[in-house]
Amino acid sequence: MTNHYCDLKNADVILIMGSNAAEHHPIAFKWILRAKEKGAKIIHVDPRYTRTSARCDFHVPLRSGTDIAFLGGMINYIFENDKYFKEYVVNYTNASFIVDSGFHFKDGLFSGYDAKKRKYNKDTWTFDKDGRGIPRRDMSLSHPRSVFQLLKKHYSRYTLDKVSSITGVSKENLLKVYEIYASTGAPDKAGTECYALGWTHHTVGSQNIRTMAIIQLLLGNMGIAGGGINALRGEPNVQGSTDHCILYGNLPGYLKMPVASLGSLDKYLKKCTPVSNDPQSANYYSNYPNFFVSFLKSLWGDKANNANNFGYDWLPKLEDGKAYSTMHLFDAMYAGSVKGFFAIGADPAVSTPNSNKVRKALENLDWLVGENIFNNETYEFWRGPGVDPAKIKTECFLLPASASMEKEGSQSNSGRWVQWKYKAAQAPGDAIPVGEIEIKILAAVKKLYEKEGGPNAEAIVNMKWDYLDGKGSMDVLKLAHHINGRFTQDTVIEDKAKKTSTLFKKGSLVPTFGMLKADGSTACGNWIMSGSFGADGENKMMRRGKEDPTGLGLFPDWSFAWPVNRRIIYNRASCDVYGKPYNPNRKLLEWTGDKWVGDVPDGPWPPMADKAKGKYPFIMKQDGVASLFGPAMAEGPFPEHYEPLESPLEKNPMSSQRNNPAIEIFKSDMDKVASASKDFPYVCTTYSCTEHWCTGALTRWQAWLLEAMPELYVEIGDELAKELKIKNGERIKVTSIRGEAPCVAMVTKRFKPFQVEGKTVHQVGMPFNYGWLFPKDGGDSTNVLTPTVGCANTFCPEYKAFMVNVEKL
Amino acid sequence: MTTPQLVKLIDTTLCTACRGCQVACKQWNEMPGLRTKQWGSYQNPPDLQWNTWTLIRFQEYEDQSGNFDWIFRKDGCMHCTDAACVKVCPSGSLYYTPLKTVGIHHEKCIGCKECVAACPFHIPKYDAKTDKVYKCDLCYSRIRESQAPACVKSCPTGALTIGDKDAMIKKAYARVKELGGDANVYGDKFVGGTHVIYVLKYKPEVYESLPVDPKVPLSVMVWKDLLKPLSLLAAGAAAAGAFIHYITHGPKTPHEDGQEQKGGE
Repeated sequence: MTNHYCDLKNADVILIMGSNAAEHHPIAFKWILRAKEKGAKIIHVDPRYTRTSARCDFHVPLRSGTDIAFLGGMINYIFENDKYFKEYVVNYTNASFIVDSGFHFKDGLFSGYDAKKRKYNKDTWTFDKDGRGIPRRDMSLSHPRSVFQLLKKHYSRYTLDKVSSITGVSKENLLKVYEIYASTGAPDKAGTECYALGWTHHTVGSQNIRTMAIIQLLLGNMGIAGGGINALRGEPNVQGSTDHCILYGNLPGYLKMPVASLGSLDKYLKKCTPVSNDPQSANYYSNYPNFFVSFLKSLWGDKANNANNFGYDWLPKLEDGKAYSTMHLFDAMYAGSVKGFFAIGADPAVSTPNSNKVRKALENLDWLVGENIFNNETYEFWRGPGVDPAKIKTECFLLPASASMEKEGSQSNSGRWVQWKYKAAQAPGDAIPVGEIEIKILAAVKKLYEKEGGPNAEAIVNMKWDYLDGKGSMDVLKLAHHINGRFTQDTVIEDKAKKTSTLFKKGSLVPTFGMLKADGSTACGNWIMSGSFGADGENKMMRRGKEDPTGLGLFPDWSFAWPVNRRIIYNRASCDVYGKPYNPNRKLLEWTGDKWVGDVPDGPWPPMADKAKGKYPFIMKQDGVASLFGPAMAEGPFPEHYEPLESPLEKNPMSSQRNNPAIEIFKSDMDKVASASKDFPYVCTTYSCTEHWCTGALTRWQAWLLEAMPELYVEIGDELAKELKIKNGERIKVTSIRGEAPCVAMVTKRFKPFQVEGKTVHQVGMPFNYGWLFPKDGGDSTNVLTPTVGCANTFCPEYKAFMVNVEKL
Repeated sequence: MTTPQLVKLIDTTLCTACRGCQVACKQWNEMPGLRTKQWGSYQNPPDLQWNTWTLIRFQEYEDQSGNFDWIFRKDGCMHCTDAACVKVCPSGSLYYTPLKTVGIHHEKCIGCKECVAACPFHIPKYDAKTDKVYKCDLCYSRIRESQAPACVKSCPTGALTIGDKDAMIKKAYARVKELGGDANVYGDKFVGGTHVIYVLKYKPEVYESLPVDPKVPLSVMVWKDLLKPLSLLAAGAAAAGAFIHYITHGPKTPHEDGQEQKGGE
């Protein structure tokens, strides 16, 4: 979240799209209800009427996978009706930048497309620059190649008729949502968006979110109380695990995993460190080397030094252009090239798309290690449905892990609040925290490498993992200190503004990432967490102060929010160029002439009207402004509607590009696709329910929860059920070209057919909370139906839109 | 000083049907989860049962103009002031607590099921295995220690609150006024007033399994209020007067703010 949960109460309009907030964030949902009690409009856009819809002002159904069309229509509405916040757009976004003359968009493709590689050459996705190397700007926004004009032109194609025909949303409903949401373009109004997996689980997942980011920028809703783009992240500490690099392309703190062609530290740092010649751009990522070298120091301690490039060579490198997502992992395992596998706190035999392929792939393993609090379908694959255990050669281990309430540590919520939690109970039997399991395994592996050597042995034998206490158990506080960072030598820090000079002794905690250095004098496991401890050793994650000086629910003394306890990111954009708040009633920040007062500002510099010392508000962006034009995206700088890999339509109504041109197509014999096929005529989407958690691998063993949601079902609209003569509660099966899922029919008024391109399209939906292991009569994974395909940027799988048939047994 | 009367308010318009209350109830009261079947509904178990003292009812509702709503209603004991179950209970298992809620001494229950037949809300449920009847006691073990009942404690949205009777009734009427339309308060006007009251968005007859005009069955009143005291005390005219009062006026009902409870249509 750019903002945080409590801040939802400050919104005038909340658009819940791509999320079933009431069911999956039941506690956080109270902040949405608080906004509603104060008169905010709450809108739910979702294919299905859910428990969230029931508590919103109204629900608008749309066909799965058409969010960009829906939102593209809103951008068009904003332009046509002059609803954008002009001052904000001119000053705080790249609307005024002039795009390269070679840039174009034709029939669904941007300039630079290589059809063979399914990738773009982005040479023309750039800005014209002046003699000093600063992007040229046309503050009147009238230049035909200005981002503003290109954006306007791009979305002028998303007319009401077109959008209605693609999405299946009535024009009346489209206008209703557009009008209410666009009203937040007024300087004193705030609109926010809550999304979750309903947006990310698509081949255009990242672009779904970017389309909304464009809307938020046009309406001036970024950086303000009650605004922002808010990913509602889940109970499994998704925020914390992402911060600490659960994604293959990242290192902790969203640093980039190096690729093979960046053969030296210098090359890598040059590539990753953005340069801006604009003196008003803070370009905070110019500090990248400080964060990165400190990270290397944290891995290898004294063994990493200037002479060996701080161990850069030891760091594993990704092959250029190759992705390593879960889907790639199982694709490689299916092909036989992955021999050993750790499945920690995961149940991919249920959770990964095309799970029949996943289960087959597991058979190719020599060994499998599970670490979990319960057994699951992955660890038991060797005796799964249709598998003959006698023919499986894999050696399997299951190590008992302690549950979250059985260990101390930090947990991060969606609002980036890192909260310390305490151990409530002793883990049963031999169970220990998975972190401790890893530390012990590494210690053993280290010994083997010391004795026998091996490829890249130095990376392992030099690893500084001293996180055990005197009794041999994991010391989480030690680890947290390490993540926060320490000075590796006595260091004097001069503060020119305050005219102070402070000595930090070797080994003392770094109080903020501003003090991290690229010369090896600091070690820091994750720069964004730097400052989670004070220099005096105070663990700020333990803070539980309930004071709320602004009245906006920032609660600055409750836990630690990264970065530097900032509660709302890019908060300087809540003020005009002189630092006066756009909305005096929800004053997040104000420049008092010599300092900012309110939330922790995005940097101490004066507002941008001060041409000498002032900085633009979007300090993490190279040019200091937000990106309406976003060249970092794989499939284009402006989001465009493409159909899901499997869709009911033969043709994309917007262009000749049916699917996202930048997605990777998996080609194994088990990766079958059936689009616009009469055999699989219904759109299917999958989701979780309140009562279960993810694959249900933890919750299915809980009798109270299983009693409430006992077995696999498919929600099917009453019109389709009537057509197929299916009765409520009847056992039926749902099939895709990849598999079949027997389940119970739940006939409901909450799914209505869509009118799409002149034809009736039915959609059904299923939870993915079940697996064959337990309960035996509860049904199996819905992911036997889903295709192996994902977002072109993140490889987040397309669980939310694919084609099925529904049949009587 | 009089003992405070507690009222639990269920504001159905704030409920997200997360069923935290349904689970928390089982946890506090140490009731097992039983194997159920998916029967085409989120509502599970399908009805209140001996191990399920509170249940979220899910109801797909379309009004006459075709407007759709998914109605959620937390069902459970209403804790009547004039409780049929207490009246009929021969063993003293069901009783009024000092907080005026209806408690249950399971060790005294003889499994006669009189209460199951008498309750106008169909709340008490019999378990053949233990030969006993079970129902919500508003977490008497918690409220007597000034702790909120488990359901209230678990509720994330504020749909469930508990407090002093007068204050809660006032709060309910204020909410109804704010909601407008057909919104109404349910519970304060019959069976002597219940200690669980609802804010309903629609008229009571819209809701499944919710009696529009709940009454203590006449047979129960005749037996327990008239004949039993008659036979025991051999009283004369006074009892006959009471009998006539009940027959002609029904049970005594308190009137709040002059608002009439609609129902029975």
